Amino acid sequence: MKKFTYVINDELGIHARPAGLLVKESAKFTSNITLKSGDKSGDAKRIFGVMGMGIKKGNEVTVEADGADEDAAIAALEEFFKNNL
Amino acid sequence: MITLHGKSVFGDICIGGISFYKRKERIIKRYRIDDVDQEVKRFQDAKTKGIAQLQDLYAKALHDVGEANAAIFEIHQMMLDDLDYLESVTNIITSQLVNAEYAIGVTADNFSAMFSAMDDAYMQGRAADVKDVSERLLTILDGSDSDIADSDQSNMANPYILASDDLVPSETVQLDKSKVLGFIMQKGSANSHTSILARSMGIPAIVALGDDLKSDFDGKLAIVDGFTGTVYIDPDEETLRLMKQKQAESNERKQLLKQLKGKESVTLDGRKVKIYANIGNTSDVGTVLSNDAEGIGLFRSEFLYLENNDFPTEEQQFLAYKQVAENMAGRKVIIRTLDIGADKQADYFNLDKEENPALGYRAIRICLTQPEIFKTQLRALYRAALYGNISIMFPMIISIEEIHQIKEIIKEVQNELTMNGIPFKADVETGIMIETPASALVSEDLAKEVDFFSVGTNDLTQYTLAIDRQNQKLDPFYQSHHKAILKLIKMAADSAHAEGKWIGICGELGADTSGKRY
Repeated sequence: MKKFTYVINDELGIHARPAGLLVKESAKFTSNITLKSGDKSGDAKRIFGVMGMGIKKGNEVTVEADGADEDAAIAALEEFFKNNL
Repeated sequence: MITLHGKSVFGDICIGGISFYKRKERIIKRYRIDDVDQEVKRFQDAKTKGIAQLQDLYAKALHDVGEANAAIFEIHQMMLDDLDYLESVTNIITSQLVNAEYAIGVTADNFSAMFSAMDDAYMQGRAADVKDVSERLLTILDGSDSDIADSDQSNMANPYILASDDLVPSETVQLDKSKVLGFIMQKGSANSHTSILARSMGIPAIVALGDDLKSDFDGKLAIVDGFTGTVYIDPDEETLRLMKQKQAESNERKQLLKQLKGKESVTLDGRKVKIYANIGNTSDVGTVLSNDAEGIGLFRSEFLYLENNDFPTEEQQFLAYKQVAENMAGRKVIIRTLDIGADKQADYFNLDKEENPALGYRAIRICLTQPEIFKTQLRALYRAALYGNISIMFPMIISIEEIHQIKEIIKEVQNELTMNGIPFKADVETGIMIETPASALVSEDLAKEVDFFSVGTNDLTQYTLAIDRQNQKLDPFYQSHHKAILKLIKMAADSAHAEGKWIGICGELGADTSGKRY
């Protein structure tokens, strides 16, 4: 299992558009990808799960990947968060 | 033939099929099913079809409005494909032995309730998206989507007469106006948004037709006679012949008026006036140019916000303003900054419901309290000003302090642009709307600070006479030539002229030829 943490910088937090992009990005990998923030966690491949967490600007999130391509997944998602959130 | 009478807001004639504006409303029946696999398959087929429709919509939106705005259709696809959503529907079908429609309805309610319960107003608004995608599935399941990808007016192949109870502003901005021949409304008044839109489009509209205008007229042939305020449904041969003749005569008169285009506009007493057009979308520029207006007196920038599902980016706004400035080729384009609030709402602004919206949190009041929104727009405007003759105008001003605050923000924006090395035009003409009685009364001071005034007669009348212009019961009291209004306009005009500044007029009074004598 690999993970990284990131503090959300986007004014609107993980709103619909980045949530959609995140789901799309996560779906490229076979590993299980989990998003954690505070006491909530959600499957990064499920849009309702991601949006339902209501992650806002300033929140710290942890992204965990577990599976065969976890290294590639973490590298790609870390890049994704930096560029989009 | 059925004949209906209402109140005409524009004198012209149109003949065409009626399309009744459909708002989504549905009753879902629950029934027991025997074949669970068959029912799950029905749901899955509908889902596949729904996703295909959304892909088409995405492609169309990508082409029409760009990637950022089209993204919502991609998100809708993901919602339909979401495992939680699929599992919920399938689970309800198999465990309760009920039909797919019912399972979708319950799932939609649950998921939208989840969003509604979130403590973030933006996420609460997403409940509508869940309902929207679920509605798409239900439409597919009952077969009412037939062959068209999306069952609303935007997919009508031929021009049509739009019927409804009354359209709200956010609905009117989304219409493909090139396909609308005329409007017929159950409610509304001469000053409601549909009426103003009809006049700006120059097409016949009849409002306040009442319940006699029925939704089952959908698809029927109709004649709208805006000269008499009459609508004929399923007209007989004789009426059709007479009305076609009347339409031909009206067209002939319009042709004659067209010949006057290109001539300088001079009033009867020899004074030169400039006639500018008002637009609410970049695609309206074609109409402006073909009608030979000398410029654009009011570009309503809020359409960029109302058509979007999220705040329009600086780049999106920049491209829209640049396009209009370039198309107008050096002619003046006055762009009014965001005038949202009151009756013009966009979900993502998360505005509270107000007791008294016309007197509420709107326009410049939003811009000054949320300067980030304002700054994005100003950056786009100052950048676009390099490409044509743009002026910037601020709405709903009541005091000199507001002008000082605006100037401070403009200074910050220009400093930021300079620091980032982004090219812009610093010297842009700025003006204000005179639409509150307060602004007319302190116009003497305001005239020293700005380059021009533009009188917004619709709001000025509403605020001066304390008359809600959306309320049709008040039409008898609505006097657009009331002496109080003319006095305020004169006061503003005198103040402007004393400082050597110019003043313009926009709103329905500007289109009323009987008012020009003042």
